[in-house]
Amino acid sequence: MSNKPFLRIDNIRKRFGPIVASDGVSLEIEEGEIHSLLGENGAGKSVLMSMICGMVRPDEGEIVYRGEVVRFNSPREAIRQRIGMVHQHFMLVPNLTVAENYILGQGSALRVINDMDKVHARIRALSDRYALDVRPDAVVEDLSVGEQQRVEILKALFHGIDLLILDEPTAVLTPQETDRLLSLMGDLVKDGKTVVFISHKLDEVMRVSNRISVMRDGRVVHTVDVGETNARELARMMVGRDVRMELPRSPEPAGRIVLSVENLTCRAETGLPAVRGVSLDVRAGEIVGIAGVSGNGQTELSLALSGLLPVDSGRVVLNGKDITGLDPARINASSFSHIPEDRHKHGIVMSLSLSENAILQRYDQAPFAARGMLNGRAIGEHTRDLIKRFRVKSRDENQAIGSLSGGNQQKLVVARELARNPDFILVNQLARGIDIGAMEFVMEEMLKQRDNGRAVLLISTELEELFAICDRILVMFHGEILGELPPDRSRLDELGLLMAGKTEQPALAG
Amino acid sequence: MDDMMFLTFLATLMGAAWRLATPLIFASIGEVFSERAGVLNIGLEGTMLVGAFCGFATASATGSILIGLLAGILGGMAFGLLFALFTITIKADQIVVGAALNLLGMGLTAFLFRTYYVSTGKGIEIAQPVHIPFLSDLPFLGEAFFRQNLIVYSTILVTILAALVLYRTSFGLTLRAVGEHPKAVDVAGRNVAGYRYAAVLVGTGLAGLGGAFLTLGHSNQFVEGITSGRGFIALAVVVFARWSPTGAFFVSLLFGLFYALQLMLQAEASVVVPYQVLQALPYIMTIVTLIVVRGKGAAPSKLGQPYEMR
Amino acid sequence: MEQVNQGVRETVYPQAAHTFYRKLSQIALSAVTPIAAVSVALACGAVLLWLNGFNGLDAITVMVFGSFQDMRAVGEILLKATPLILIGAGLCVAFRCSIWNIGAEGQLYAGAIAATLVGTSLDGLSVWIHAPLVMLAGALAGAAWAGIAGYLKVRFRASEIVTTIMLNYIALILTSYLVTGPMKDASAAYPQSARLVREAWTPRIVSDMRLHIGILIAVVLAVALYIFLQRSSRGFALRVVGLNPHAARYAGMDVARNVMVAICISGAMAGLAGAFEVAGVTHRLYQNISPGYGFEGIAVALLANNNPLAAILSGGLFATLRSGSEVLQITSQVPQVLVLVIQGIVILSVVAFAKLRDILRIVA
Repeated sequence: MSNKPFLRIDNIRKRFGPIVASDGVSLEIEEGEIHSLLGENGAGKSVLMSMICGMVRPDEGEIVYRGEVVRFNSPREAIRQRIGMVHQHFMLVPNLTVAENYILGQGSALRVINDMDKVHARIRALSDRYALDVRPDAVVEDLSVGEQQRVEILKALFHGIDLLILDEPTAVLTPQETDRLLSLMGDLVKDGKTVVFISHKLDEVMRVSNRISVMRDGRVVHTVDVGETNARELARMMVGRDVRMELPRSPEPAGRIVLSVENLTCRAETGLPAVRGVSLDVRAGEIVGIAGVSGNGQTELSLALSGLLPVDSGRVVLNGKDITGLDPARINASSFSHIPEDRHKHGIVMSLSLSENAILQRYDQAPFAARGMLNGRAIGEHTRDLIKRFRVKSRDENQAIGSLSGGNQQKLVVARELARNPDFILVNQLARGIDIGAMEFVMEEMLKQRDNGRAVLLISTELEELFAICDRILVMFHGEILGELPPDRSRLDELGLLMAGKTEQPALAG
Repeated sequence: MDDMMFLTFLATLMGAAWRLATPLIFASIGEVFSERAGVLNIGLEGTMLVGAFCGFATASATGSILIGLLAGILGGMAFGLLFALFTITIKADQIVVGAALNLLGMGLTAFLFRTYYVSTGKGIEIAQPVHIPFLSDLPFLGEAFFRQNLIVYSTILVTILAALVLYRTSFGLTLRAVGEHPKAVDVAGRNVAGYRYAAVLVGTGLAGLGGAFLTLGHSNQFVEGITSGRGFIALAVVVFARWSPTGAFFVSLLFGLFYALQLMLQAEASVVVPYQVLQALPYIMTIVTLIVVRGKGAAPSKLGQPYEMR
Repeated sequence: MEQVNQGVRETVYPQAAHTFYRKLSQIALSAVTPIAAVSVALACGAVLLWLNGFNGLDAITVMVFGSFQDMRAVGEILLKATPLILIGAGLCVAFRCSIWNIGAEGQLYAGAIAATLVGTSLDGLSVWIHAPLVMLAGALAGAAWAGIAGYLKVRFRASEIVTTIMLNYIALILTSYLVTGPMKDASAAYPQSARLVREAWTPRIVSDMRLHIGILIAVVLAVALYIFLQRSSRGFALRVVGLNPHAARYAGMDVARNVMVAICISGAMAGLAGAFEVAGVTHRLYQNISPGYGFEGIAVALLANNNPLAAILSGGLFATLRSGSEVLQITSQVPQVLVLVIQGIVILSVVAFAKLRDILRIVA
């Protein structure tokens, strides 16, 4: 390794509207190392790497690559400089073959493709060299996710890159495939390549990295050699931050079981298994949290509970009544409220008014409707009441909800769901994309609900949110509940390990 | 003897089917290009009408069928440019714009026809069948396949060419990617909007050619609404053909067969079915096609959606 | 659809009186786009005429104002406005639910056929029973014809754009078969059905004018559909399904049922328009009973920004242009089909202006 760093990122800033994605990041990557970027969801890892590979342009700061300041206007320019990235969402065209994907955009547009045999041969040679098992004539959409990822990696090698950035590559892999990928990374480095590995799985990071940088809130907080640290310390660096709020807890013990899930299994829309035998109970007067890195079945679990995704097996019982597989209308009517993860997809209709969004489920019920007609007065009063009680900042109730800030939209969704007087409240990402003020407010509201004897299931990737209000925390990994912990911050690293799929740690759940 | 009669009937039927399929072949192959790039052009009907009129008007002015066909293509492309401008650049809804272009195509061609031609009643010389030596004298096959005009023969050329361009050139490769994963194309350094423009222009040019065939290779006159729904049927042909040019060729032939059956059975005195049943056949079969194919199937996944640049 | 819907955001729930002025200014503002769109279309029409050797300005003036000669002429405009308002208002409902019903023309014919059957076959009924029965038959047939496309969409995911258009041709061919075959008036040389019995005729408003009570029914129904969409709970569900089917499902709404309701309402309105053409205007079924009202209705709905109330105005406007173009054809030999060109440009201008306004809003 030379004295000059292979790649140096200097004080990079990037904003997307009000959201600061990179807040003055500095980082150095040495040639020939595996450098891991560790951090929670939203810590700014992917955005940072997108700027290095030309997908996103930084607002401020510079990137120095092989001693020269570089500015990439497109990924193509980055690839020309031998920097390539494998994105979480693959840049592979599903209806084309592997080889066709590799030559996409190469050469003149009017070129007749007559060198396919050569391309195939090159792909086979590369595939053999790294034991990637990629067939050049396979159509991408026929391949499994793991295979597609290998196709993406090979694509970068095909384009001759020296610096390979892998964005959460193991999130979609089975343990066996993960092992294979990690050893591939070693092989690449042996061949003189440099690898940046974005992950939040501690054991993987510990296994392959030379150095590890931990990111939090759009900054690199620490860079260490792998030999000088341990998983426990990394977990604390990754999630540990000053606690912003101490919310009062109710001393009341939890009451009867309101929601009981038994051995629930369901598949994602892609047809792949997503929830694998989840069992849990939520009692009156408690908030149960589900922690986990996103993509571990939480989305499907909440959709299946609320009737939006078919259940393959298992049972969901609410207030002693079996609600498994009922349609959303019947589940909504069973004292079930749902604050959805994807607000814009499920939660609200952007171009409709606050009033109309406030009655989304109860549009045909008294007092909002009588003899088939909407009661404007009752709806208006109800909405104004919600706006006032939940401090939704808006001109009036007739304003289109899409013109409000994310926090105010979420407040209205929370207000609507709580106003339905549910016994059970399912919350997926309570505070996603909203400001601190709104976040504290909705959290306090959830606590009030608990104190009033409601049962709350809070799915979140934000540990802060879970620690602040949950009575106990379940950890979900790969479609299963791996363990349970009390919301005790001293056991943060334990939680971090569980989220990363490490169960061998002793003394869980006290 | 009856067998001979039947064979002759069949031969005539096949020949007519190919001829009647010709406008559909052009239009549907064109639409394959357009839809592969993610652009659904329901304004095909209006585009074909423009092609039919431009072809007719130009041929009657110049006396040249070839120039007429060229004019048909250019007329269709001009219309396509308008469609592309609204749907790709302005990003307006493709269906709304398509519906507008149908009205526009219908109205413009009828307006110009009534202003300049309706009173003259003048027809034009249409493309004459070319008997391919030797082959056209073959029994049965000769009548069916080797006594067509050049435009009909050219459908084979266009189909092969379309398949080659789509599957064997860098342009075609990128085009197929644009309708499926435009972001990947963008990342690979190609201009998504540019490809969509090109696809729409190829599509509308071929639709214009299909329209021009109606006036220059089939009937010798322009008639208002001469396309009678062929633009819409072409949309269904594309679905049935699974977005493949060769598929579009054969599915169009199938629809040509329905048209031919209708024409020939109408002439048969012995057929008791009201001719309207036969007339409705292509339309009914279009609906049946959509039911059989069921849903989107292999449709380009970004069909109908504008692409937002980073 | 989104960009079209973003236009008039009618405030749904009347609050205090002070919102009245804001509402008024909103309405004024939302009228800017359609007025600009129509102006652009007329200007394009003038240019087209000028290019082809007509006096464009004069011709467009005649087109807009030429048909207001006397009360009778106004009555003729309203007669043409009847099907346009009915179809346009009905299509507003379908478009609001994001259903692309391009088949109003066929649904009109289905309604006309049913109306003719009921109007020619029954005898001896009172006008109070027979005339409404004819209308009902028309509406039901139109709804059923549209319902085919709706069912195919819900059940087989067949594109309603293609199926409704195919059903147009099938309805036209069916009509041609009926008036040349089973329903043909044996005594007539021209293919046409027998005359409807007098009791089946739609009553006229003034006895010496062709204008019938259909125009009143059209206006009442357009208002009713406006109230249905904006004020009823079912109309609300229908709009939510059109705007965001995922949220509709989350809220427990039945997406398939709403799709069927929306397409059947639009079909019923077109069918009723067909019934009025037969029972109120021609009193017989002909092959070409509609000059394309079903397609013009699309332009009516889009110009009205899918608001049935506004469809009354835009329907009236298109009827005026259509009448004006008839005058124009007689006085200056300008082919009447010019209206189709104007309709097409109106739609293009509406979408262009809607986009322009979005851009201005973002900039502001």
